[in-house]
Order: sequence, then C-alpha cells, then structure tokens
Amino acid sequence: MDLVQRAREGDRRALARLITVVENQEPEAVDFLQEMYPHTGKAQVIGITGPPGSGKSTLTDKLVKELSKRGQKIGIIAVDPTSPFTGGAILGDRVRMSDLNLDENVYIRSMGARGSLGGLAETTNDVIKILDACDFDYIFIETVGVGQSEVEIINAADTVLVVMVPGLGDDIQAIKAGILEIGDIFVVNKADREGANKVVLELQMMLDLKGEKSGWETPIFMSDATESKGIIEIVDGILEHFTYLKQSGELWTTRRNKLEKELLAIVSKKLYTQMLQRVKQEKKLNEYLDCIMRKETNPYSVVELLIKDLMPR
Amino acid sequence: MVEKRIRVLVAKPGLDGHDRGAKVIARALRDAGMEVIYTGLRQTPEQIVATAIQEDVDIVGLSLLSGAHNHLFPKVVELLKEKGVEDILILGGGVIPEEDIPFLKENGVAEIFTAGTPTGKVIEYIKSKL
Repeated sequence: MDLVQRAREGDRRALARLITVVENQEPEAVDFLQEMYPHTGKAQVIGITGPPGSGKSTLTDKLVKELSKRGQKIGIIAVDPTSPFTGGAILGDRVRMSDLNLDENVYIRSMGARGSLGGLAETTNDVIKILDACDFDYIFIETVGVGQSEVEIINAADTVLVVMVPGLGDDIQAIKAGILEIGDIFVVNKADREGANKVVLELQMMLDLKGEKSGWETPIFMSDATESKGIIEIVDGILEHFTYLKQSGELWTTRRNKLEKELLAIVSKKLYTQMLQRVKQEKKLNEYLDCIMRKETNPYSVVELLIKDLMPR
Repeated sequence: MVEKRIRVLVAKPGLDGHDRGAKVIARALRDAGMEVIYTGLRQTPEQIVATAIQEDVDIVGLSLLSGAHNHLFPKVVELLKEKGVEDILILGGGVIPEEDIPFLKENGVAEIFTAGTPTGKVIEYIKSKL
C-alpha cells in the first residue's frame, strides 16, 4: 500500500514521512499532493499568531486539549525560525505541549521556517493539505513569533487568532502593526498582568476605526492560558467564526481568492526556476559580466537582452 | 529540490531537572545546520517515542543525569521497535559510568557521549552515520 493510503488510514509514521517528503520538496511530493488533493477542504484551518513570548504555544495547547475533549481530531503545525546563518533550527514549541504527545486525537509537527520570512515555511500550505486529506477536523498553525509585518498566515488560515499581551508598548505600536489588521479573533493573554484591560480597550478602539464591512464582529477575549482561564470561550469563538464563514458564503470566496494567489505563486516559482536555469546556461553570460565590469554596458541593458533571448515568441 | 535537513530529537527522559547539557548540544547541532526538536524536561519513554514518530526524526538524542539510563534508554529503543521503527539512530549522553556503556550498546543505543565530550565530536559522529 502506498504512503498516501497508509497515512489516510491513520498510520502516523506514514503521515510523518509524507510530510518530510513534501517539506524537503522531493520529486515525489507533487504526485502525493495530487493524490491527496481531492480529499482536502473539510478542515477548519486556524492560525495562531502574535509576538514572541505572548503565549502562542501554551494557548494552542489548551485550545487543542479542549477540542480533543470534544472528540475532534486535531493537527498542529508549529513553525519556529531557522537560523539565517547555518540553516539549522531549534524547534521548541512542543515543550509547552507535552501532554498532547500521547493524545490519539492529536498530531503535532514542528517546522523550521527555512528562509521564509512571512512567519510560515514555504511548504506549510502543502503540509496543511496533507493533514486535511488525512481527515483532521481542525488544523492549528502556530506561526513564528511575529512583529509588525509577518502576515503570511492570512493566506493559509480560515480563522486568524492574534494573541496580544500587556506591556509591549503604547497604542501607536498597535496602530502601526500589520498583524492587527489580520485578526478574526483577538486574545489578550496573560490577562492576570497589569495593563490587560488597557490592551483590550486599545484593541476595541482600533477595531472601531476599521470601518468594517463584513458581517463578522471581531471578538476580543481575555485569557490566562497557563491557568486554563478563558479557553472554552475562545474555542466557541473559533467554531462560531467557521459557522459564520460557511453561512455567509465568505468561506467559498476567500478560499477561492487564496487559491488564485497560490496558483500564481506556483506558476511564478516554476517559471522562475526554469528561466533562471536557462539564463545560467547562457553561453554569453560570462562575456556579458566582463562587459559590465569594464563599463561597456550596464546590468539593465543586459537583462533586457537575456530576457529577449529566452522569451518564446 | 531543497537539500534534506537532518532532524534530531533532543529529549530528557527521567526525573532530573538538569537540562544545561541538552540545551548545549541542541544549540551545537543547530549551529551545524540541523533541525533540532527539543521536548523539555521529564519526558516518559512513551512521549519520546510518540514525538520521534510524529516529527519523523533521523536521530533521537537522550540526555540523562539521574542514573536511570540502564532502564530508560533501552525502554525507548524497545518501544520504537514495537512501533516498527528501526531506522532511527539512538544516542545517549549525560552522566553515564564507563561500565554501563557496553550494556547500553547491546541494547540498541548506537553511541554514548559522556559529560565533557566536545560537541564537535558528536556532530562528526552524526554526519558520518547519515
């Protein structure tokens, strides 16, 4: 039996191996993804994002525990940064999710961002599809700790949950930050700390200013994840958002928009690799470089020449 | 195709709370370009095995300073075998007396690195085996 079938029948080892193949972008990856694609689209994909140290892992751990208690199957993809210098990574999100290791309803996978800067890894979207095709009901993506512009998660998740904590700076920080524009749900975590109420107020003001057209009223929850406070309300909020998306028809339109982006991204990547390969094989490349060095021509004119030669007419 | 990364699980079985060694090795392996999954303290062999399978690692490094290595290291090997996993390299580290090493190697631990081993030696060993 092949890997895909075994993974879909609940073989965790096959599932793990499949993810490795896709993560390493091995040649078989595309075949596997093609085989799994018809089985995707059922799961709710939930993105958990927020600054480093805001409690994303602990919160994810508690939310998933609650869903597992309700009999649901949950996949977690935890993305941590890859060192730009060595390509290595320390993936430590599991430290806060130890109790879930032995939960039969839960599968956790750590991913290094591997040079991608948007808070996810390049292949995170494909790993989501694998979990989706293996009949996980909910897929949680925990992003790299983000600051002000790492908003890739909106292209991967149906529901984006932004975790904030008290004490990160004044309200101007909040107005600047791109991550505030992407939340479907806000959680002010570590709510036992001083300043939590102020963060909630500031968020409320921000949201009021947004001039919302959508029918979804973005909720702001308070939680103290280590003490499991506020968790049930947040889980209910997540489920409610999915119901809203389905009933309003937004799920279809937003997923279609994302699909368009994804398709174009795949096309551009493929074209880019092929074209670059051909440019590198161009016999005159060295000659061009020497000419530019001698200032006989310039990079901009050479680029025009190179592309003109490559473009099929 | 993107180059394959070596994935290593660094795990702390047993009840001791000393994770400095585990963190030093995790850091060194990261700097050698590997992806290191770190589990935190006091993991049961069952938890370690479940994590190793979910993360599809090439290597499991067990760090233990409490003296329970003769029980816990072979237990991890045995549970992995039960799950049909025989292609993961198991390494041990920490305070391990010389005389225990032959027993551990007979029971499926590929190599033991005792306290004071230069991290470069561990990296060299891993790269020679994969």
